[in-house]
This record gives sequence, structure tokens and C-alpha cells, in this order.
Amino acid sequence: MWQQLREELHPQGLEIVTVALDTGGVAAARPFIEAANSTHPSLLDQAHQLDELFGIVNVPSGVWINEEGQIVRPPETAYPRRPSFLDREIPADTPPELAARMRLPKQIRIEAEKYIAALRDWVSKGAASRYALSPDEVIERSRPRPLEEAQAAAHFELGQYLYREDRVEEAIIQFREAHRLQPANWTYKRQAWSLNDPTQGPNSVYEGDWASDVIKIGAENYYEKLDM
Amino acid sequence: MIVKSLEISPRELLDQTGWELKPQGACKGDVCIPLPEDIYTHQGQVKVELLARRLNMPLVRAGENNLWALGPQGGGKALATAYAPDFLLPDLVNNRDFQLSELRGQKVLLVAWASW
Repeated sequence: MWQQLREELHPQGLEIVTVALDTGGVAAARPFIEAANSTHPSLLDQAHQLDELFGIVNVPSGVWINEEGQIVRPPETAYPRRPSFLDREIPADTPPELAARMRLPKQIRIEAEKYIAALRDWVSKGAASRYALSPDEVIERSRPRPLEEAQAAAHFELGQYLYREDRVEEAIIQFREAHRLQPANWTYKRQAWSLNDPTQGPNSVYEGDWASDVIKIGAENYYEKLDM
Repeated sequence: MIVKSLEISPRELLDQTGWELKPQGACKGDVCIPLPEDIYTHQGQVKVELLARRLNMPLVRAGENNLWALGPQGGGKALATAYAPDFLLPDLVNNRDFQLSELRGQKVLLVAWASW
């Protein structure tokens, strides 16, 4: 997904590092990495360390880091181009309820052009780019982490650990608690739902599912509007 | 971080959470939080419960098991400093471990994605 942009911007001093947040490990992430024919570092974060380190609550999220190792933009929605799910055809004979679920992704707001234009600006101008934020702005714009959300992170980590140990029932208890404490964290929800059912459809294990939860907030709010 | 004992080594704490124990306290980037002198056991291990209280990190136990997770600092922002936290993760393209700090001197776009 990022290879083309990497080829364009690597000669100008940018490296792209992709990180798969996948409890499912190599088996889950490798097919996508191979299909992408990437030459940039393509990492696997099986334990979701980055969620906590940077405050990531949905994917894809991009973080900009300058030559000195300083973050100049905290996590925000990062698409390199218009994703194919916006243009997916829904066959005319699809049952109405299913068709309604299939239309949801098409209503998600994606601001790929704006994001990539800003990225190009930063790569060419560096600190002088108006998109490069000061350290204080970076901290200020990073997500607030109230105590409940710190607790949610701990429960999610326990859930993943237990899941990897094949203690699925115990893992579900921890995932449910993480969802309760931080309902706006799509990473916690989608990861847990997908381990139960790859389609993330209606289920009896968790309180919600992808389509129901997106309808609740409105598909246009699935990603926050870019502030750039 | 996952904890199976309430006494851990400072090295483990640093690798798993980015908090480094220095004479002036627990430090991450340009932030340091003072710690009481009795934070260490006689064997030089860190007392996790005491550390968790001082740093406002939740320590959550899984049922009755000797299994806990020490969560991130609560009550502030996800980023306490603009210094990018370092991490070590496997690179599936080059089949080696990758550390973010290797790219010092270059601009980096770090993108988190998922298969799900």
C-alpha cells in the first residue's frame, strides 16, 4: 500500500516503516506484506506495543518522526490513496439488511490526498513545513489518557497474552473489560472481534460488532477529521 | 507489560515500558518522576506495586493467577514527551529485528495497520 510513495520519497530522505498490529502474528500479517512487495521495513507488533506507546486507537494511523527522533505529528489517520472499499460495488440482488451493512464502509471519510500533500510538504521543507508541529503541540495533540483508558490498556494486554496461551475464555473476559473501559478504541474492539469471527459480524461474545458500532457513531465519524 | 512476579528487573522495565530507572527517578525522554528509596528490593529488583502507584500506572491482575499487566501512565496524555519511544520489532521483509532508533538522521513515517 505504501511502496509507491516510498519509492517517490525515499530519495528525498523519508523512510516508511509499516507495523502490523496483529495478535494473529506472522500468519495474519505476512500474506499482506508479501502481496505489497515492500522494500521498506515491514514490522510485526504481535503484542500491540505501539497502541500504548503512541496512543493509537484505530488503523491505519501515521506518526511523523524527524531526523533527531522527535515526533512532529502524533498518530492520525493515514491513507496513501483512496482505498478500494469506497468504490466496492454492491450487487443489486443483495438482501437489504446486508446491503446496508456493505454500504457503511463507503460512507467513511478518507482524506488521503490532504494527508499525502502534507507529508510531501514536510519531506521537502522539514522543520519549516507548517505541518511539522512543535514538541508542545505534539504532546497536546496526542490522545488524553484518563485512568480508565490506562486500565483498558492493561486489560487488553492481558487479553492478548491469554489468547496467545490458548486461554480463550479468560482472554474474552479481559477484552470485554478493555472495550467497556475505552469504547472508542477501535483497535481493541476490531482485534478482539476478528479473533472470534474474521468478518467482525454480529456475535454473542461481545457487546458489539463492526457495523452496529459504526452505525452508533455515524460512519463519517469513524476517523477523526484531519486537523492540518 | 505482562508481569508474572511483583518484583522485576530494571532492564525488563525499560525494554517493556520505556521507563528507565536513574538516580533521579523513573525517566522517559525528558521527563523524570522521583521515586522513593525503597523502590528496590535487596536484590536490586523493582517493586512493581510501589512503582505502579508512584507512576499512576494501573496494575491489573487476571483473576487469581500470578499474572498481571502493568498498564501505561494514566491521567495525562498518551505522549508525555515528543521524543519518539524506541522499540524493537521483527521486520518480516528483511528477516531481522528492527529498532526505530536505527533511522536517526532520516525522516520517518511510521504507519500502524492491521490485517483485520
